[in-house]
Amino acid sequence: MSETNYLTADFTLRSWFLTTDHKRIAILYFASLIVFFFIGGAAATAIRIELATPQADLVSSDIYNRLFTMHGIIMVWFFLIPSIPNTLGNFIVPLMIGARDLAFPRLNLMSWYIFMLGGCTTLFAIFAGGVDTGWTFYTPFSTLYSNSYVIVAAAGVFIAGFSSILTGLNFIVTIHRLRAPGLTWYRLPLFLWSLYATSVILVLATPVLAITLLLMATERFFGVGIFDPRIGGDPLLFQHLFWFYSHPAVYIMILPGMGVINELISCFSRKQVFGYKFVAWCSLAIAAVGFLVWGHHMFVSGQSLIASLVFSFMSFIVAVPSAIKVFNWTATLHKGSIHFDAPMLYALAFIGLFTIGGLTGLFLACLAFDVHATDTYFVVAHFHYIMVGGMVTAYFGGLHYWWPKITGRLYSEYWARTAAVLIFFGFNLTFFPQFILGAEGMPRRYHVYPPEFQLWNVLSSGGAVILAAAYLMPVFYLGYSAFFGRRAPANPWDAPGLEWQTSSPPPEFNFTVQPVVTRDPYQYNEAFEAEPQNA
Amino acid sequence: MPDSSAFAPQYASIPHRDHTAELGMWVFIATEVLLFGGLILAYFVYRHAFPQGFAAGSRHTEIVIGTANTAVLLTSSFLVAWAVEVFSPATTRIVTWLLVGAACLGLVFIALKGIEYSKEYDEHLVPGIDFQFAGPKANGVQLFFIFYFIATAIHALHMLIGICLLLTLATICRKAPTTRHHTALHSAALYWHFVDVVWIFLFALIYLPGRSTS
Repeated sequence: MSETNYLTADFTLRSWFLTTDHKRIAILYFASLIVFFFIGGAAATAIRIELATPQADLVSSDIYNRLFTMHGIIMVWFFLIPSIPNTLGNFIVPLMIGARDLAFPRLNLMSWYIFMLGGCTTLFAIFAGGVDTGWTFYTPFSTLYSNSYVIVAAAGVFIAGFSSILTGLNFIVTIHRLRAPGLTWYRLPLFLWSLYATSVILVLATPVLAITLLLMATERFFGVGIFDPRIGGDPLLFQHLFWFYSHPAVYIMILPGMGVINELISCFSRKQVFGYKFVAWCSLAIAAVGFLVWGHHMFVSGQSLIASLVFSFMSFIVAVPSAIKVFNWTATLHKGSIHFDAPMLYALAFIGLFTIGGLTGLFLACLAFDVHATDTYFVVAHFHYIMVGGMVTAYFGGLHYWWPKITGRLYSEYWARTAAVLIFFGFNLTFFPQFILGAEGMPRRYHVYPPEFQLWNVLSSGGAVILAAAYLMPVFYLGYSAFFGRRAPANPWDAPGLEWQTSSPPPEFNFTVQPVVTRDPYQYNEAFEAEPQNA
Repeated sequence: MPDSSAFAPQYASIPHRDHTAELGMWVFIATEVLLFGGLILAYFVYRHAFPQGFAAGSRHTEIVIGTANTAVLLTSSFLVAWAVEVFSPATTRIVTWLLVGAACLGLVFIALKGIEYSKEYDEHLVPGIDFQFAGPKANGVQLFFIFYFIATAIHALHMLIGICLLLTLATICRKAPTTRHHTALHSAALYWHFVDVVWIFLFALIYLPGRSTS
């Protein structure tokens, strides 16, 4: 390790906080997201402790409202949405396409500062007294009745939105313009196709959230009736505008995870991804159709039956490309040479959990069923299977997979596998009982419940303890690895992607010689030789 | 035109860099379309619900100022387009003046908008601050003016950003312009034209409803 890499190029604080290196900005995001993840996780822990008994014994109903709102806002906007794109994506995208940086490195740094400004504004709202509207800021509660820091919290989300937009813009332009010679669209790793689809959503949906929150805050601040039915406004319009962003945002929270899973499944079964073009176009299909299903959040909000039928139908349609992906992953496994390394454990967990989350989503897309399940724990369990079981699992899988590249160190495989298995069991124990609770009719957002629900709630809270402990484990073994782990070779997984062709950690500008791509991705089955850089 | 000597390491060449920058502006404009799109959607929902109120509200707007502002903005866009067209090291002087002229027209637009706002304030047509309108159409008129103020304020904010961009470019372009400046100017011009196009839509939505039937 005589050559300098991006970590050893400079050690000053200035070199970190004013860096334009996409790899260092990824690390900045990574560190910030850990903080937000554990703040949001702490709120979840408090919620689960409260729900261990039917009575209110830890917090009042008012505090409970603020807890789940804080959990939602932090986890959605300050963890899930930036999680894979801004950390792994930021780090890996230029490496994967053989570029020396993103197209707009200064914009990339600026987006981190905007993100932190938004994050700090939201944290201020939370610690100054909190918000009790739920993460959806539904009117007229948020504009007329809520006695909490709604405008400040909305401002934080509004600001963070610009960070999302700039990141999406940067990825779109980078993937269009900075691909290495020979790297045609159909030679792109599928991770890039899903990040591209994600970026399209970030760029096209986020501004609608911005204008919606602006209208909501204007109504609250000036007392005008934009969504107030007493003076002609329509609260349902707020929900339409909000979900026009927030349903595509659900795909922002899963598409990058799907992208990571392609890389993992392919690498650890040593096979090309089955049906590459289908998987690639399915990412774009999900992004496109995902814009047309928002009304399924409003089946009981009083929208017309015709609208509900159309949105129900579209919601079934959007499940098709997702299902194609699941089938293609399993087909990739077929006759593969499967290795159960830690990243693969996460990938397999993802397939199972995402499938459960996706299928229960189809239940909820049925009008007749949804009327009963709306606002019950069935919905809570459903979207946690997608967002936590799917996205967070994929995030951990990707983090382990690229960890040697990012840090230049290897982690303890034993501890990594243990944590993966514990996360899987802890997750299922936490959230599967919630399906049963929801089916039995327990509503969400209450801190007290009838005693007959206690058994499932205790199981769920017990699972949450395991899950919390399992999520803390990587802090220790990955933290240890970052400083004391064995040095990683350039290509510890024998993978053909461009990111593995450069040293670990990569030098400041990624490649000493511009790589040239001459073959399709995922060529594991051909005897893979590490080509010298100057080939 | 001379190329700037250095370019950032992620680009293969100077044209590569310049084309990339321009694509960035197009993607940014896509995001802006959706920002105004959300607002205009809300406008249409309420106009559909309160056609009479929106027509009445529209009749209370200052169509003379609005039309004058449209002319001012189109002229300013023309000056910017002219500047992009003639940009070269030999024409720095004219380019600078064209950009300053465009920025000044932008300021004229803002000033006229301010006069318009103050007139509406005098007529008690500012929801949330001072709004008095009697009769059955009051709700529709109030919603109309809420959207009027939010849309024009956001548009004016875009104008201010654009004016700063144009003035910055006017300053930079006085000295030895390169292809890099040409790209910057081209991108800023795209933005300025976009703000212009938004105004065309807002003009039709704000000033024209109800004029033919009154």
